[in-house]
Amino acid sequence: MPRDYDLLGADAKSAVANGLVTEDWYRTHLDRKTMKALMKRADQPAIWDTVVLFGSMIAFAGAAIALMPSWWSVPFWLSYGVLYGSAMDSRWHECGHGTAFKTRWMNRAVYQVACFCMIRDPHCWKFSHARHHSDTVIVGRDPEVAIMRPVVVVRMAANLVGLTDMWDGLKRMIRHTGGRILPDEADYMDPVFFAKTIRTARVWIVIYAATLAAALLLQSWIPVLLIGLPRLYGCWHMVLCGWLQHGGLADNVLDHRLNSRTVYLNPISRFIYWNMNYHVEHHMFPLVPYNKLPDLHEACKFDFPAPNTSFFDAYTEMLPALWRQRKDPDFHIRRQLPDTANPYHDGPARAAA
Amino acid sequence: MADWVDACATDDIEEEDVIRFDHGSRTFIIVRDHEDNYYCTDGLCTHEEVHLSDGLVVEATIECPKHSSIFDCTNGEVETPPACENLHTYPTKVENGRVFVEI
Repeated sequence: MPRDYDLLGADAKSAVANGLVTEDWYRTHLDRKTMKALMKRADQPAIWDTVVLFGSMIAFAGAAIALMPSWWSVPFWLSYGVLYGSAMDSRWHECGHGTAFKTRWMNRAVYQVACFCMIRDPHCWKFSHARHHSDTVIVGRDPEVAIMRPVVVVRMAANLVGLTDMWDGLKRMIRHTGGRILPDEADYMDPVFFAKTIRTARVWIVIYAATLAAALLLQSWIPVLLIGLPRLYGCWHMVLCGWLQHGGLADNVLDHRLNSRTVYLNPISRFIYWNMNYHVEHHMFPLVPYNKLPDLHEACKFDFPAPNTSFFDAYTEMLPALWRQRKDPDFHIRRQLPDTANPYHDGPARAAA
Repeated sequence: MADWVDACATDDIEEEDVIRFDHGSRTFIIVRDHEDNYYCTDGLCTHEEVHLSDGLVVEATIECPKHSSIFDCTNGEVETPPACENLHTYPTKVENGRVFVEI
């Protein structure tokens, strides 16, 4: 069946009519004491990670600049880029939830920096992500579906270097600068924030213009390699991880075990991605901080399908499904639950089928 | 006219925690803060009607378990979006180890 991902389109209306816009999502039962312990906030882990992140960015950028124009600078630019274009995505995400730090201003400060790096308006994306959590992969409702069906391989490949995402971010920023809020944004965002969005875009465009001007004046690539371009050349890790979150799995269901994926990753990827590889857990319990997700994973194991054991294992599962979804958008992976688990909660769409 | 309703025992709620309290057709939360003060507010988040009783209490605030909106339980004011509308709060009193709410 064809899908209309437009938030103001036909599927948005049918999602409401079909009872998919609801709070009736499946949640694994964990006792209150366990949940309280898991939700408890702390500053220390995120302060350490943030010092390491920004310290590494400064060190990589410094080495890259010192080695310019030699080709030896390239690995340092690539390392800087992946921290800017990928790690900032996970910082945007965790700080947007307010779960990274216990101290609120720290969440807000890192969130603002990460939003700028990712070219995501802080207010729009706060509401966009709230909708993503309300209506995860509900067609016509979720504004953050990374892989739409039917799958278009060229579009996915282009986004490996951020072409579609960055273009979208720039277009929105330019329109906000002109005082315009887009219809999809108006659908999920409270109007009280429109003026702040416009103000933010105007500040950002001045920063980008100054960066470009510096590059031209200095006749140097360095300013744009530091600000802006890493969103393109460093986003591949974010994209590769992001596709795994929901790719090839069910849509229009009310159970995150059906539409989200948990994957075991190496420690470097987990640092860059801030543990969002525990994605079923995150969607089911979004108040649990990134550093507690491994514990949450252990607590929920009895009720979840087995996680993918590596990038390779997850892609081996997902890619054939995506290939098939080019022609058959209804196809999806449905994983086996352990004997100890509660049955899947498909929701009204499947029940009616 | 509002009545004082016996909602729970004081030790039904741990320090910095919350319980759900249903009365008639309505749902509320009773919050105990870090200094043993008790508060009662509406039980559903003003953003998308999620039960706040699954949320996180820090001092005298409650954080919605779904979208992380934070409300000040002393006056119901929303402190962080996506919620933009305040919660209704209800007077509470503690007598003989019981929490009463004026509803």
